[in-house]
Amino acid sequence: MTTLTPILTKFWDHPQSWTLDTYEDNEGYQALDRALSLDPAELVQMAKDSGLRGRGGAGFPTGMKWGFLPPPDGGPRYLVVNADESEPGTCKDTPLMMAAPHILIEGIAITSYAIGCNHAFIYIRGEIVHVYRRLLRAVEEAYAAGHLGKDIHGSGFDLDVTVHAGAGAYICGEETALLDSLEGRRGQPRSKPPFPAVAGLYARPTVVNNVESIASIPPIVLHGDEWFADMGTESSKGFGIFSLSGHVEKPGQYEAPLGITMRELLEMAGGMRGGKRIKFWTPGGSSTPLFTDEHLDIPLDFDAVAKAGSMLGTRALQVFDETVCVVRAVDRWTDFYKHESCGKCTPCREGTWWLKQILGRLEHGQGDEEDLEKLLDICDNILGRSFCALGDGATSPITSSIQYFRDEYLRHLELGHCPFDPTDATLFASSNGSSSRTPAQEGASL
Amino acid sequence: MTTAPERSPAQTDLVTLTIDGVEVSVPKGTLIIRAAEEIGIEIPRFCDHPGLDPVGACRQCLVEVWMPGPPGPDGTPGEARQMQGPPGRMKPQASCTMTVAPGMIVKTQLTSEAIDKAQQGVMEMLLVNHPLDCPVCDKGGECPLQNQAMSHGRATSRFEDVKRTYPKPINISSQVLLDRERCVLCARCTRFSEQVAGDPFIALVERGALQQVGIYEEKPFESYFSGNTVQICPVGALTGAAYRFRARPFDLVSTSSVCEHCASGCAQRTDHRRGQVMRRLAHYDPAVNEEWNCDKGRWAFTYPLVGDRLQFPMVRENGVLRVASWPEALAAAADGLAAATAAGIDDTGVGVLVGGRVSMEDAYAYSALSRALGGADIDFRARPHSAEEAAFLAHAVRGVTPETGGVTYADLESASSVLLVGLEPEDESPIVFLRLRKAFRKNKTGVYAVAPLPSRGLAKVGGTLLASAPGTEAQVLDGIARGSSRATESMTRAGEALREGGAVILVGERLASVPGALSAAVRLAEATGARLAWVPRRAGERGALEAGAIAGRSTAEMVRDAAVGRLGALVVGGVDPYDIVSAGAGHADGVTIDTEDVLEAMRRAFVVSLEVRESAVTELADVVLPVAPHAEKAGTFLDWEGRARPFEAALDSGAMSDYRVLDMLATELGTPIGTRTLSGTRDRLVAEPEPTRPTAPTVEAGEPAEPGAGHVLLATWHHLLDMGRMQDGEPFLAGTAPATVAKVSPGTAETFGLVDGDAVEVSTDSGSIVLPVVVTEGMVDHVVWMPTNSAGAPVRSALGVDSGAVVGLRKADLVATVLTTEDGVA
Ligand SMILES: Cc1cc2nc3c(=O)[nH]c(=O)nc-3n(C[C@H](O)[C@H](O)[C@H](O)COP(=O)(O)O)c2cc1C
Ligand code: SF4
Ligand code: SF4
Ligand code: FES
Repeated sequence: MTTLTPILTKFWDHPQSWTLDTYEDNEGYQALDRALSLDPAELVQMAKDSGLRGRGGAGFPTGMKWGFLPPPDGGPRYLVVNADESEPGTCKDTPLMMAAPHILIEGIAITSYAIGCNHAFIYIRGEIVHVYRRLLRAVEEAYAAGHLGKDIHGSGFDLDVTVHAGAGAYICGEETALLDSLEGRRGQPRSKPPFPAVAGLYARPTVVNNVESIASIPPIVLHGDEWFADMGTESSKGFGIFSLSGHVEKPGQYEAPLGITMRELLEMAGGMRGGKRIKFWTPGGSSTPLFTDEHLDIPLDFDAVAKAGSMLGTRALQVFDETVCVVRAVDRWTDFYKHESCGKCTPCREGTWWLKQILGRLEHGQGDEEDLEKLLDICDNILGRSFCALGDGATSPITSSIQYFRDEYLRHLELGHCPFDPTDATLFASSNGSSSRTPAQEGASL
Repeated sequence: MTTAPERSPAQTDLVTLTIDGVEVSVPKGTLIIRAAEEIGIEIPRFCDHPGLDPVGACRQCLVEVWMPGPPGPDGTPGEARQMQGPPGRMKPQASCTMTVAPGMIVKTQLTSEAIDKAQQGVMEMLLVNHPLDCPVCDKGGECPLQNQAMSHGRATSRFEDVKRTYPKPINISSQVLLDRERCVLCARCTRFSEQVAGDPFIALVERGALQQVGIYEEKPFESYFSGNTVQICPVGALTGAAYRFRARPFDLVSTSSVCEHCASGCAQRTDHRRGQVMRRLAHYDPAVNEEWNCDKGRWAFTYPLVGDRLQFPMVRENGVLRVASWPEALAAAADGLAAATAAGIDDTGVGVLVGGRVSMEDAYAYSALSRALGGADIDFRARPHSAEEAAFLAHAVRGVTPETGGVTYADLESASSVLLVGLEPEDESPIVFLRLRKAFRKNKTGVYAVAPLPSRGLAKVGGTLLASAPGTEAQVLDGIARGSSRATESMTRAGEALREGGAVILVGERLASVPGALSAAVRLAEATGARLAWVPRRAGERGALEAGAIAGRSTAEMVRDAAVGRLGALVVGGVDPYDIVSAGAGHADGVTIDTEDVLEAMRRAFVVSLEVRESAVTELADVVLPVAPHAEKAGTFLDWEGRARPFEAALDSGAMSDYRVLDMLATELGTPIGTRTLSGTRDRLVAEPEPTRPTAPTVEAGEPAEPGAGHVLLATWHHLLDMGRMQDGEPFLAGTAPATVAKVSPGTAETFGLVDGDAVEVSTDSGSIVLPVVVTEGMVDHVVWMPTNSAGAPVRSALGVDSGAVVGLRKADLVATVLTTEDGVA
């Protein structure tokens, strides 16, 4: 039985968890002291040895990414923290920055020192204004306490941190679109190469890392790479935040070693809400192919999840019980992708426009079985053909839902309408325990 | 280094890869799509354009790529592996963004089924939101979307849902219209505007399927190059207002031609139907205009059709012109000219004013006629000119061509630095401007300009201004050459840059009016080792120089003499009398003439006018001989490089080019010149003896004029789009001409109590012009700049002066064209 490992989430229940005082009571900024006493190259090596893989979804080894920066040439180098968190289901960076912003700031200071950066940026999702404010306040505190600014901890190392709020676009989480947006352009992904490590922000060497990746650095520096590598599995070292949402008794953030299973997590979360059966779930957000109750024992690490046909992504475990219409869920996700497609490339721009219309019809029982083949073929023409991974992600819910729930799609067509009542899946429906669908509604959806 | 010893250095830069089983070697850094073209494999594409930076947006050009594994111990590349993603699934690559690698294997739609399917998938999706209005679309029949949908698309679409629609077209400018429904969002137009032209007035806005080309609302799409976006749009989304709904491509007949509007020498295609030019396009000529042209070249072709075309010869009888037969008119002309030459005494003779617009063959015929008449007073310069300029042209320009080592476009592109003197390329030679911008973007060429103000054109080539008042150019050039103590920092830097090797000095026609400037330019070139080239404005000047159409008395001298009866007759070809004023002003040996002198000369002399349309000359001519406009004749221009730009007649109208008319006239005079046919004229031209090259002019720099109180120096040049007669009849084009304003420095503005938007009156003894003023940062003091011939400001005819003259300046009452604050715009 795997147990929880509260490290980043350790003091989130403190009534004033976000203050510098609370953080300093919890070993705050001690890792920075230690880091500043080391050679930057040692820190990069430490990140490599820890086996930490990016927590932003793709799982790229963090230390290796830092190592890609060309040798210093006297010009600026940047660290950009990706705090755009906009993937449906993903909700770990936002509470982390809300509850313990200083972990991130300390991580930024250490990483900046390691990669030779004197100006770091946090690109934060525009809609979460309350988190933006909290972060600004925390950065102010850190400056005042000498953790940021000139000559940090008397080491001679200078660092400025700029917090920048986006304007509300999922695509701006894609690292190169993020850089364009940060530079003041429209957020659309750039061609790679050149990679950000070579020509990133303002065409200078740049490291882009996820909030949680950077926040994982102080504990590694404090407790050692071996301590970190001891946790998790062979392919996926360390701990991570698992965000359970949907039809579970206790939704929330569960910090655990990678490799924990969904069955274990469900148990920790008090089981399914109202004792219902799990129908399908996402292992890492809406862009990762759906799993079903067949997959509850798969270790949630990068390799095992990939082998089972999905992706660990951001460990955004959205849980759907038997009351949910999978077609409706997929239709709504597809609407999201259609809305968020940046428009740069044809497959994603036109494909999501088309997919949404077909799914909208199917959910209302209009269409025929050929539409399913058409959906699969359109997805085949988008996956790997679009410019960036947003287009790929749009196909995941569709192809996996048809794979596991083809009959449910056909049922819509047979009935000429959706066999489910959306209100059955709501909290208020489950509390009074019965369907609220009225005969009038039954007629209206025909 | 593991380079094989037998390889020469040139070959080591080649990369060998395999495309569809065919081995091909291409230079390192080549894009896969270009490498495939080398062996005749066409990969479908939309956003790709060789003249633009790649974006990889449309995803039409997908190919399968196998990358070579790491090289073994002997250096041979390892076994190639298919690029995949997700693992196990081939991941197509955009061939327009990926460069070649040694040992790479590429499979296109021809050899990879998966790629064929991927391309068909993209094509199907491009058509999801594309309206099926091909039958009424201008592009239908020459549309890359239509064509590639046929060659690389599915036979039928599976899309049966709802298309995105927009209201029909919106105006991007007065001449470019956008149908958003048809747009495939390839970003060619926006990249062209930003990268090539440097006028980023359009950009993609919104997202997803609602992404669209948008305008920058605060600024109009004011670009001299906007027509290129219409040409490179791969669908019918961008159309030209003048051509929209006028013709179908398959009804048009195309003729390869060359533009007549300036000395840039653009290759162009003239498309016509039933004897009417319907449109003109830029033709591809990598050595000259690459694939671009300017809006004037594209759209200004309606001028022969505005209702004043001369159709028949005319002779003056009892003071009135009447239509005559060709034999009658030729006889009358010959009689008049013979009379003027007969006596052989001082106050007779025939002067020939050629104008700067005719072909080289025409210019040769004028020159031959002039010699046949025994006089040999001929000049092609219908604009300010000087004896110094004539000497400069004979020394530094005549006979210099790309073949003899003259400066070329390619030299500009690779130049280490370029100094512009008396030349505003964006206005005066737009393709020179585009090349300079490319040189700046791609090769970091440093551009310096000796000019009175920092123009937008200079900013777009990243240029440095060496601010100088008109008339001081000679001193500035000497300062750059010597690095004297009076030289500013940027002058010193320019001097160093010119000495670096690979530098070029470009001088414009305006320098003719500055005593000593052209002499100083030659000295500067010699002192620094930089190469020197002359960029005239008009298309015919360079050819006329080569054809010997400059000898004896200058234009100004002929006018002066004719006005007082010391020249009996004038043969005038395509000259606007108002262009000639103040020809030699400022020069010690110069002749100053004004409009009245020109008119008096034409009244007094016997005038034979060869013209396309009625003009101010027609009114005073004794015999009028109609000649063919550009589209109806064949010939050759020499561009500023001295490169021959032969062109064919697009329309077969029966109208005769000047050389043919002059041949008949000479025959009538009994002194045949042998220019009846084009080939005969060319043979004679080639047979002319090489002129000897005189030494360089060494004219002393004149003392710069000192404007007294209430006065400033006039700086002026032509906007590309202005009131020129050859832009007549094209209102959509005129709609994008830059607003006519006067410019002064902040210092001058303070002296005269002016703020932005005030009206100023610029005046001379001859008249005045009132314009809104723009206070221009970085401009020299005591100078006012105005465009030479823009709406509301005909400088030469109204003021009778040109660049460098002292003019009066004062704040005036608000002119009607200035918006008042009541409109919410100041
Ligand atoms: C459409 C799209 C949205 C993304 N959004 C985020 C995001 O909100 N936060 C994030 O950290 N990474 C996001 N990513 C992944 C980033 O591109 C990048 O891989 C990541 O920030 C790298 O950080 P890491 O190596 O620390 O994981 C997104 C990627 C795509 C394609
Ligand atoms: S897949 Fe294409 S359209 Fe979609 S977000 Fe990425 S670049 Fe934009
Ligand atoms: S208007 Fe034409 S050139 Fe511009 S983006 Fe659309 S399709 Fe491309
Ligand atoms: S042509 Fe290559 S992506 Fe458009």
